[in-house]
Amino acid sequence: MFPTPIEKRSRNWQISYQVILPFALILWLLPLIAVAMFSIKPAADFANGNYWGLPSSFEAISNYGKVFFESNMPRYLLNSMMITIPTVIGAVALSCMAGFALGVYRFKGNLFIFFMFIAGNFVPFQILMVPVRDLTISLGMYDSIQGLVLFHIAFQTGFCTLFMRNFIRALPYPLIEAARVEGVAEWRIFWYVVLPLMKPALAALAVLIFTFIWNDYFWAVVLTQGPSAQPVTAGITEFNSQFRAAYHLMSAGSIVAALPPVAMFFLMQKHFIAGLTLGAVK
Amino acid sequence: MSSISAGSNRTTRSWYKRNEIAITPWLFLLPAMLFFAIYVIIPIGQSVWISFHQWDGLGEKTYIGTANYERLLGIGEQKIDRKFETSFWNNLKWLVLYLLAVPAGLFIALFLNQTVRGIRIYKSLFFFPFVISQVVVGLVFSWFYLPREGLLNAILAVFGAGPVNILGDPTLATYGIIAAGLWPQTAYCMILYLTGLNAVDPEQVEAARLDGAKGYKMLWYIILPQLKPATFIAFVVTIIGALRSFDLISVMTNGGPFGSTRVLSFYMFEESLSEFGFRMGYGSAIAVVLFFIMLGFIGYFLYSMWRDEKEAR
Repeated sequence: MFPTPIEKRSRNWQISYQVILPFALILWLLPLIAVAMFSIKPAADFANGNYWGLPSSFEAISNYGKVFFESNMPRYLLNSMMITIPTVIGAVALSCMAGFALGVYRFKGNLFIFFMFIAGNFVPFQILMVPVRDLTISLGMYDSIQGLVLFHIAFQTGFCTLFMRNFIRALPYPLIEAARVEGVAEWRIFWYVVLPLMKPALAALAVLIFTFIWNDYFWAVVLTQGPSAQPVTAGITEFNSQFRAAYHLMSAGSIVAALPPVAMFFLMQKHFIAGLTLGAVK
Repeated sequence: MSSISAGSNRTTRSWYKRNEIAITPWLFLLPAMLFFAIYVIIPIGQSVWISFHQWDGLGEKTYIGTANYERLLGIGEQKIDRKFETSFWNNLKWLVLYLLAVPAGLFIALFLNQTVRGIRIYKSLFFFPFVISQVVVGLVFSWFYLPREGLLNAILAVFGAGPVNILGDPTLATYGIIAAGLWPQTAYCMILYLTGLNAVDPEQVEAARLDGAKGYKMLWYIILPQLKPATFIAFVVTIIGALRSFDLISVMTNGGPFGSTRVLSFYMFEESLSEFGFRMGYGSAIAVVLFFIMLGFIGYFLYSMWRDEKEAR
């Protein structure tokens, strides 16, 4: 193990490591701690210039209550959900199939198609912006949830296919060959042999794509306009103009907006990290 | 079901059955390829096409040849577009400084690669800035930088340093935004290295230790070579992230003050979809330039992956 395990070092080392650790963490999360502090303060503290002292009263309930009951926030959160969940299902389904085709079969153009998916995934969003916006308008889906979902599914398919194909490549191939010798139809091999083995990959991708889509801002701004379809990342700017300079409310709003992917991460940590490393670092 | 048709009569086997192995992959690929072509591959070509036109997004497109590019790059008697120039240099700053996330991530990973009590919670708490949306990171940092209410200036005041308005100062604003971007990106690189460090071969480390390798030498000659896959991914995601920076700029400064924090991706958006009017042709030309810059990197990434692919066979 590198660096040298702390248990093998002197007592002084061990103690100082244990002391430094929490301090480093507080320093690292300082901006976030500041916002969390803001979000439980009363408005009066900001008027009196008590920015960094202790809150003069504990106002978490009223601040967060305002976010949920006196703004469009719940609507934005619902929109985000309605955009994120179908996208996750769609992108994972499409890429499972594409990954199976690219990972199991040898045919002309296999590697070329695979590389097209990877390359497309790295492209700057701006080169797609004008035509995709145009297409969405002409489909009558501008400022709608479906419009965003369709695009997200298509774009995320690139990354998901990269992931799925590499995962399927690493599965034991003799399993598939054995099924073929038995005369099992190809689509049954996919459904009954390969798919059950892909469960960890499915979980990893689902969590990862959930986070990516929830956090998307650019396409939300390009393809939607108002509270009827905007997800929370785009809605938060409108929220902030509603509560201009009310830092306690804006902080509470941001924390609410950030929470779902954070919760997802802490619940499904193992899968999340497996997904992030693209399966390349085991 | 297939055993019946295979056993009974060869000539009556359907065309599909005979070609099953050849056709199946295409059937499985079809939906994904269709989606990807419509929304990703074809739009790239369309953008290039639009960049040779003058277009407000609604009316007719007027073909104007390479005039957009000439105006952008200052070919002929025109001067280079000043906004483009600023954006380009800012992109370069992003690219160079953003890469600090890679060594910083390695440093934190080495710091946390221990087995003391509760270390798992520390690791996930160190990582979690990455999970927060860039919009929220941008808001959090813009409040952190506030000249009066911000924590940064409260800390500086303790050390007797005067208040600085980072996002209001054209010379500092871009660096302030990059610092905000480094926060989640460092977390990402850290997790890549932590997973990489897990896979380091302990026998090699022990052998090197017996040979007297320690500290930096050990890191450089024994550990880093084994972390190569992690380093590769860290570089890929960081470079792409740097060139994609948009959310933070949009949220923190909206390109200002005086347009000093624009980057190409933001400038493109501003030209095509802002309140100043829809100049889609000119915007597309900017996007194409950005695309070609990125294509250089993408080409290199694909080449390295292709090489690995060849070795794997």
